[in-house]
Amino acid sequence: MMPVEPVVQKLTSEISIRNLNFYYGKAIALKNINLEIYKGKVTAFIGPSGCGKSTLLRTINRMYDLYPGQHADGELIVAGKNILEKGVDTIELRAKVGMVFQKPTPFPMSIYENIAFGVRMHEKLTRNEMDDRIEWALTKAALWNEVKDKLNKPGTGLSGGQQQRLCIARGVAVKPQVLLLDEPTSALDPISTMRIEELIHELKREFTIAIVTHNMQQAARVSDYTAYMYLGELVEFGKTDELFIKPQDKRTEDYITGRMG
Amino acid sequence: MNETLHVSSQFDEDLARLRTHVLQMGGVVETQISAAIEAYSSGEVASVKTIVETDRRINQLERSIDEDCAHIIAQRQPAASDLRLVLGISKIVTDLERTGDEAKKIAKSVRRIYEAGHQPTQYGIGIRHLAEAVLALVRRSLDAFARQDAAQAIEVIRADQDVDLEFKSIIRQLITHMMEDPRTITTSLEIMAISRAIERIGDHAKNICEQVIYVVEGRDIRHDKEAIK
Repeated sequence: MMPVEPVVQKLTSEISIRNLNFYYGKAIALKNINLEIYKGKVTAFIGPSGCGKSTLLRTINRMYDLYPGQHADGELIVAGKNILEKGVDTIELRAKVGMVFQKPTPFPMSIYENIAFGVRMHEKLTRNEMDDRIEWALTKAALWNEVKDKLNKPGTGLSGGQQQRLCIARGVAVKPQVLLLDEPTSALDPISTMRIEELIHELKREFTIAIVTHNMQQAARVSDYTAYMYLGELVEFGKTDELFIKPQDKRTEDYITGRMG
Repeated sequence: MNETLHVSSQFDEDLARLRTHVLQMGGVVETQISAAIEAYSSGEVASVKTIVETDRRINQLERSIDEDCAHIIAQRQPAASDLRLVLGISKIVTDLERTGDEAKKIAKSVRRIYEAGHQPTQYGIGIRHLAEAVLALVRRSLDAFARQDAAQAIEVIRADQDVDLEFKSIIRQLITHMMEDPRTITTSLEIMAISRAIERIGDHAKNICEQVIYVVEGRDIRHDKEAIK
């Protein structure tokens, strides 16, 4: 007999965001954000330019620390710890929470070294273990078959789509819990974009993923949950299917149907 | 319905045109039902030919509206209320087309009855009443679609239940006729087919209203008896 009851998946929170505010100097960029990012799920952030979605993503791994005058308050809990507090080891945090940017950013070194560089900061591996880790990461990023014979060639010599997958390999090589993707395909052609989207499906088996995208169809395709942000506020957050078929908030509806004035 | 305009005015025009075409098709279908009822009462079987020909136009409208829906999906990737509207319309035109088929069936049965030299009205059965009630349901379902009125859609769905009851009572009367006088069997079977077609039209009106509720509220109430209580 067919099972009648749907299998209810238990959701566990990977990151809890509570009453989060973010400031660029005196200007407030995020207003009282409350949100759960669920473990093993893909959460997409959509919204018009300047709505704060990239800012939110950059807050999760404290990328903003690099810029004076930017600060956040509230709670951002990763593995039971509020990472906004002083004294948080950002190097350790960024190993747990990896990030991939809009433009591929390979280091000016070989493909092998691009990945090994980050791993060495956190772990001491033998040459063999490192080789294994590089192969593992490149396989995860669906790039191994294309580069296995040229690991010593510069990473900058790869195509844009390959470079972006190299950056994803670099991100997963340190075995993070969370991957933050900030418009990872906006500089890529459609086929490379599809590869990355396919990759996201694969990666969510092992990692929690948060993605910022301008492409609403992409959010609909790759994510399990979607957050719609506008003017620094979280307008609506819910299951992607529901949000794209039956949004609860008129502002979400207007944005995803292309009705922004 | 979301009244705010799209950034793309072309998209607004596409959707407006789609809605207009559905209402035009609905208008043609209404006329077909009226014409079939008229033929039943008056015995003017010459109109049956027109009804059969007009049905082809309805078939064409179904195809062309569905094609427009496919174009909009391919070109615009509609979301939320726009997506529901396009999906709903694609289903509504199927029901309208089938309503047209039922009207054609009625017309053909009417022609067979009169050509055999019988008078269906002699049977004293409330076919005309049932048909008028169902025609009103079709009108109100199209009206609910035009005004995106979910409350009216619910009313139509409830009213269709009365039509079903009336249909059952007609069938019982026809069975009595046939048992009392076997000479009435041929005509009774035709009238039975006609009332069955009318009852089906009521079901199509109900289906259209279910889609109106989906378009307006995002709620799928098909096969859910609790939803209309």
